[in-house]
Amino acid sequence: MTRVTSRLNGLDFQQAVVYFGFLAIFLFFAVTLYDDGFLTQRNLTNIVLQTAPATIMAVGLVFALSAGEIDLSFGSIVAVSALSCAVILQDYPLPLGVAVGLGVGMGIGAFNGVLIAYLKLPSFLVTLATMGLFAGIARSMTDLRSIPVMNDTFTGIFGSGKLFSVPSLVIWTVIGVAVGHLIYRHTRFGAHVLATGDNPRAAQVSGIKVPRVRLYVMMICGGCAGLAGLLYAGRLQAAKYTLGESDLMTVIAAVIVGGTALNGGKGSVIGALLGSLLMGMLNNGLILMNLKVSDQMIVRGLIILVAVALSLRDSNR
Amino acid sequence: MTAEQNVLSLTNIHKAFGGVVAIQDFSLDLKAGEVVALVGDNGAGKSTLIKIVSGVYTPTSGSIELDGEEASFSDASSARSNGIEVVYQDLALADQQPVFMNMFLGRELTKPPFGLLDKDRMRRESQELVDELDVRIPSASSTISQLSGGQRQGIAIARATHWASKLILLDEPTAALGVAETARVEDLIENLKKKNLAILIISHSLDQVFRLSDRICVLRRGQQIGIRETAKTDKNKIVSMITGVA
Repeated sequence: MTRVTSRLNGLDFQQAVVYFGFLAIFLFFAVTLYDDGFLTQRNLTNIVLQTAPATIMAVGLVFALSAGEIDLSFGSIVAVSALSCAVILQDYPLPLGVAVGLGVGMGIGAFNGVLIAYLKLPSFLVTLATMGLFAGIARSMTDLRSIPVMNDTFTGIFGSGKLFSVPSLVIWTVIGVAVGHLIYRHTRFGAHVLATGDNPRAAQVSGIKVPRVRLYVMMICGGCAGLAGLLYAGRLQAAKYTLGESDLMTVIAAVIVGGTALNGGKGSVIGALLGSLLMGMLNNGLILMNLKVSDQMIVRGLIILVAVALSLRDSNR
Repeated sequence: MTAEQNVLSLTNIHKAFGGVVAIQDFSLDLKAGEVVALVGDNGAGKSTLIKIVSGVYTPTSGSIELDGEEASFSDASSARSNGIEVVYQDLALADQQPVFMNMFLGRELTKPPFGLLDKDRMRRESQELVDELDVRIPSASSTISQLSGGQRQGIAIARATHWASKLILLDEPTAALGVAETARVEDLIENLKKKNLAILIISHSLDQVFRLSDRICVLRRGQQIGIRETAKTDKNKIVSMITGVA
């Protein structure tokens, strides 16, 4: 009983915003767009499918932000990973392609991480630079060409396939969020991530290897971006340098709205999932409303602004 | 020496940073259940000394013995694994985490078979600990940022007590606290004596030093001026030792 009440006390406004926001926007579209088919099973499934890569990226970003770091480069990592995988798949079997795709993601994450953790450079600047660097590399890799992915097994597993009539992208979303949540909330590593972002000195004097935690969160972020790249390549059956390019703002917004603190020490993987679905719903709804692309951008920007303001409301005491 | 063994023996400790001498020829013995206060003006070398004992700095020369055995700590972790805990003035707590996670920070308990965190046990043991020490907090699940300065320092001291098997170093534990909170923390420190731990405390408040300590060790510009038994000296004598003005 005491546990229940203490949990209720612990349920704070910032974490709750995403639940209410999610419900409010869902209900709003359900009513206003009922005739446009917002509530159909097909449309709702589509939202989940379309947000799958962003959700995976968001899970990774929760770790980086919670440790007090940020990754701006994950969009570029998506493109480089997807292209590397697609190129490998042209001549080599599936496991190698997947391994290279994920490995490239984690490798770039490790590159970011070493600069941040051991050379003590600010993650904002490091990843701002590597964002540009790897966006350039993605363009030069294939001379801006798009690489088709013909491997049916690959596009099944990472894209259009189904397992027991559940779309594979839904399965990836569930696995990514579940594993992320488990590590974040229920392992010593997760606790060390939070402590590092909360008070690095306290973490340090408590025997936590702070630089190693920083390296690992950047690798997780890169690895998740790599997986997101595979999901894009699987769903679109092709890889191109533009993949992930427009996800930066959406994913950061999803994670912040989901209750993860921008300056570390606090966060939620489940919240990030809801944040990501909220962004997907918004996209979907605004398109169904037949808004012009320019108007969509304006409305989306305003809604993100309100949501972020609400979720950060009492953090600047 | 007496039959009672020294928990900590510092002999001829010398520490220099480049050409600057921070600690010169410092020697001190601490017994279990004893509170020794380290006093001196700013820059006298008190914090440096604490950092040497806690493994943050290695002394340039001199020996540290723990329970009669030569000890050298490569870093703070190795001092900690030898039963030495430090309570810092600026509270090394993670503010947005619950009390029980702070209590076990860096030493979280896990449970088989998957090695996941045993939050229930950490919560329970933390609750027992704060109850035992009479640190009054709403619950072990409270977030640190919801607590007052005194409660936070209570948590930091409770954590040190839980993990220290030999020695607790307190670096100005009440510097950031109000009057009532200071009194609470002093009660806590009194309680620690009963647990038979050796305690080395830095404090700027001579009133506090006289309330808590068994012996007082005075430092001035890195030099050890002397050690006095608290019961056999008075404030004026200590002040003149600190300032060097007779």
